[in-house]
Amino acid sequence: MTIAKIWVVAEVVDGAPTTTSLELISQARTLADTVEAVVWGDGATAAGTLGEYGATTVHDVGDLGGALPGSPVAASIAAAVAAGTGPDAVLLPATYDGRDVAGRLSVKLDRPVLTNVIDLTESDGGLASQHAIFGGAEILTTRFTAEGPGIFVIRAKSFAAEPSGGAPAAVAAAPAPDTGASNAARIVARHVEERTGPKLDEAAVVVSGGRGLGEKENYVLIEQLAGLLHGAAGASRAIVDAGWVPYSHQVGQTGKTVKPTVYMACGISGATQHMVGMKNSKNILAINKDQDAPIFQVADLGIVGDVHKVIPKLIEALQARS
Amino acid sequence: MNVVVCVKQIPDPAAPPALDPGTKNLVRDGKLILDDSDAYGVEMALQLVDAAGGGEVTLVSMAPNGEVSGLRTALAMGAAKAILISDPALAGTDALGTAKVLAAAIKRAEPDLILAATESSDGYTGTTPVQIAELLGLPSVTFAKKVEVVGSSVKVERQTEAGYDEVECPLPAVVTVTAGVVEPRYPSFKGIMAAKSKPVDNLTIADLGLDAGQVGVAGSRQEITEVAPAEARAAGEIVVDEGEGHLRVIEFLEQLKVI
Ligand SMILES: Cc1cc2nc3c(=O)[nH]c(=O)nc-3n(C[C@H](O)[C@H](O)[C@H](O)COP(=O)(O)OP(=O)(O)OC[C@H]3O[C@@H](n4cnc5c(N)ncnc54)[C@H](O)[C@@H]3O)c2cc1C
Ligand SMILES: Cc1cc2nc3c(=O)[nH]c(=O)nc-3n(C[C@H](O)[C@H](O)[C@H](O)COP(=O)(O)OP(=O)(O)OC[C@H]3O[C@@H](n4cnc5c(N)ncnc54)[C@H](O)[C@@H]3O)c2cc1C
Repeated sequence: MTIAKIWVVAEVVDGAPTTTSLELISQARTLADTVEAVVWGDGATAAGTLGEYGATTVHDVGDLGGALPGSPVAASIAAAVAAGTGPDAVLLPATYDGRDVAGRLSVKLDRPVLTNVIDLTESDGGLASQHAIFGGAEILTTRFTAEGPGIFVIRAKSFAAEPSGGAPAAVAAAPAPDTGASNAARIVARHVEERTGPKLDEAAVVVSGGRGLGEKENYVLIEQLAGLLHGAAGASRAIVDAGWVPYSHQVGQTGKTVKPTVYMACGISGATQHMVGMKNSKNILAINKDQDAPIFQVADLGIVGDVHKVIPKLIEALQARS
Repeated sequence: MNVVVCVKQIPDPAAPPALDPGTKNLVRDGKLILDDSDAYGVEMALQLVDAAGGGEVTLVSMAPNGEVSGLRTALAMGAAKAILISDPALAGTDALGTAKVLAAAIKRAEPDLILAATESSDGYTGTTPVQIAELLGLPSVTFAKKVEVVGSSVKVERQTEAGYDEVECPLPAVVTVTAGVVEPRYPSFKGIMAAKSKPVDNLTIADLGLDAGQVGVAGSRQEITEVAPAEARAAGEIVVDEGEGHLRVIEFLEQLKVI
């Protein structure tokens, strides 16, 4: 392979690497001789899983003591690059913290960042990245043209997470140098929103509601239907912005990317920014009263009808079966 | 308290976007408008200055052809003045180059707080504000869904995968706000008239002491090698509901063995 070393910035939640981090490591394995991970805290706990997916070393920046990861994690990576022990490319998940680290690292290394990456391949001895633009209607292929590590921010579900059966990764302490004022923000409290059923981005069935539901109270139909199908309830940004449901339900460009067996869009028009987050679902089902709604262009089954009529009947029929 | 808001002026999202076949850059020839995403930052800034009982809101924008239409909208909402950086050398600038330009301009305004959107509506790279923070050596809090200034620090509710974090950060700082964080006001007639005479400082990159090699296509050090239409998803079966539509849904779910 022409790329010697890739580092993957891996997020670890409750001791376990996130699925997106494992997706990135899996793909990195096909591109580089050596794949290593960067974490902040929990390195020893996560080393088993990270190794199983192909990382040989885990660089642990250490517990951040409530600091946001952007500044210290970028500083740790930049220090390795300056010392000549850094990677040829850094892959980061397109998450809140992933983007922060990428932005800070880009300035520290004076290197551009390629974001919204949906595929990463080898090309002429380097890496080429693909980007979905205009809501996924067109795909751009891009390459870095100058020397220095490439920084790629990659969308969730761009690759499959596949274990390689590797041994637990070695853990190396990689504390961040002092970053002064740029690292002054502190988390003083964390709030976890309650959730019942599977996670939105892991569920086999996702039922999403949009403005076509008419009012906030009707979202309960979506929750009931999702519950009966053992799925997760999602939403368009229109109803998140309107305050009907929390942001964690949002599917799309600025929300979650989902790829379930069945995606059901109820009263959602199918704006490009929504489609970007669900277009790769295995099967798409749409209920919309407007037969010209763009969502029907990607639906395997489209029901032209009123959500207030179709969904209650659907719920009733499913209840009768269980 | 003085707040700088980064506002991007973009092609009207209602018009279909296009890439220039030669340069493969987004076509930005027509009239540009204020990015909706930035209307939230402008509103937030106005409210924070109000709550602080003094200070002003300065807009900073980088745009081609001396474009001011979007700036006028934000000035009409109540911002006091604007800095516009427009320079032919900026064509094809990437997010890092944009951040270098904006950071240099922001420095001149000496703000207590810098607001931007989490990502723009057209390029949506989403890294520019953090790059600005790093260039200025400032802390940043991204994805704010609530912002409050208390004394010399800012308290932010920051979105997370699981819910949200309460984050405290000393000023000056860069904060990015999500859509829906506040309800942007509509410019009043009086505001629109007043905006026409509000100062817009026009700068080139030379004015900012930047060198052409750091920006534009040369500075971006990336190239687009190909643009291709995405694989289209074939449209499927359409059923008009006449009272039995739900039965077809059940059948479909059964075929997929979901039920
Ligand atoms: C930068 C940016 C990022 C964005 N990111 C996202 C994102 O991540 N996710 C996202 O979803 N959006 C996003 N958007 C917003 C997006 O452009 C759309 O505005 C949004 O998706 C529309 O939501 P909607 O489909 O619920 O509402 P609408 O577009 O208003 O559609 C409502 C639909 O409901 C149908 N309807 C109405 N009544 C009924 C009924 N009784 N029965 C059946 N159907 C009915 C209508 O025919 C219509 O098609 C973004 C926009 C921007 C600019
Ligand atoms: C489809 C597409 C994909 C692209 N992909 C990449 C990429 O992967 N990497 C890359 O480096 N460049 C990329 N670019 C170029 C990039 O969009 C531009 O360099 C742009 O100047 C940076 O902006 P953004 O809109 O992506 O910024 P974002 O980081 O999404 O902007 C966030 C916020 O920063 C502020 N801001 C951004 N630009 C300005 C401005 N000109 N004036 C005032 N405030 C501003 C606004 O508040 C904005 O909402 C892409 C462009 C397009 C059209």
